Amino acid sequence: MNSSRCAACKHLRRRCPSDCIFSPYFPSNNPQRFAFVHKIYGASNVGKILQDLPVNLRSKAADTLCYEASRRIEDPVYGVVRELTNLDEEIQKAHCQLARIRAQIAVIQARDEVDNVNNPNFFPPQND
Amino acid sequence: MGSGSSPCASCKLLRRRCAKDCIFAPYFPSDDPHKFAIVHKVFGASNVSKMLQELPVHQRGDTVSSLVYEANARARDPVYGCVGAISYLQNQVAQLQMQLAMAQAEMLCIQMQAQAQEQNHHNQSINQLQLHQNHHQLLNFAAANSNINANTNNNNVIYDSFKKESLYGYDM
Repeated sequence: MNSSRCAACKHLRRRCPSDCIFSPYFPSNNPQRFAFVHKIYGASNVGKILQDLPVNLRSKAADTLCYEASRRIEDPVYGVVRELTNLDEEIQKAHCQLARIRAQIAVIQARDEVDNVNNPNFFPPQND
Repeated sequence: MGSGSSPCASCKLLRRRCAKDCIFAPYFPSDDPHKFAIVHKVFGASNVSKMLQELPVHQRGDTVSSLVYEANARARDPVYGCVGAISYLQNQVAQLQMQLAMAQAEMLCIQMQAQAQEQNHHNQSINQLQLHQNHHQLLNFAAANSNINANTNNNNVIYDSFKKESLYGYDM
């Protein structure tokens, strides 16, 4: 329909066919969404990725492509990889903290056991 | 670096002459053709070239590494790409934070129990000391009382003897 082209066809200044691969995922009311993916991936690469997928997965693919493209525009050097690096560091830190606390607990419990063994009131009477 | 005799992986794939100032040559050596192939497939050579040209030279190496990473993730998972890995790691973070909270609660519990035990021992020691002091006081009290009684009895004898004297003394 010429009267309502999708954002992709508007951006590419072309007619929007009825079976346009982009129109379900790049509506005309959000031109930035297609502008981002076109800048980073190019329209033809996005079209190929979507066409190679079953229809029920294309919407999710378009969303993740938009997300990664927007991250790359915000951070041209690391893009979405920066988030992965930050999460990885967070995981390492949490592992260290957990190991430290668990070691402290083990030390306290071992010390309590030694105290109990040394306490003469700990052992029950032998002849009952 | 690009040279007339050995084109970089990009120029080999694009089938063009590899210029001396080829923007791809430092980052896509000819011995790793897959690296450029995957980046070209996902992003396109011209987009990668534009991105690199817009950045200072010292940042281009890291840029290429992150682009290669993203391209490989997208090739492995065309629907979620890197976002799939982000979700997975976010779940791991959430689980670890829960385990951390539980371990911290356990630590707090152990510390409170230890403090309570110390307080009990302290109270028991005080009680024992008080008992000992009370016993000592009782002994002293008992000893003091027995002396008083003894003195009192002596006083009674003298009184009695006076009485006797008054009965037999000068009257006789």
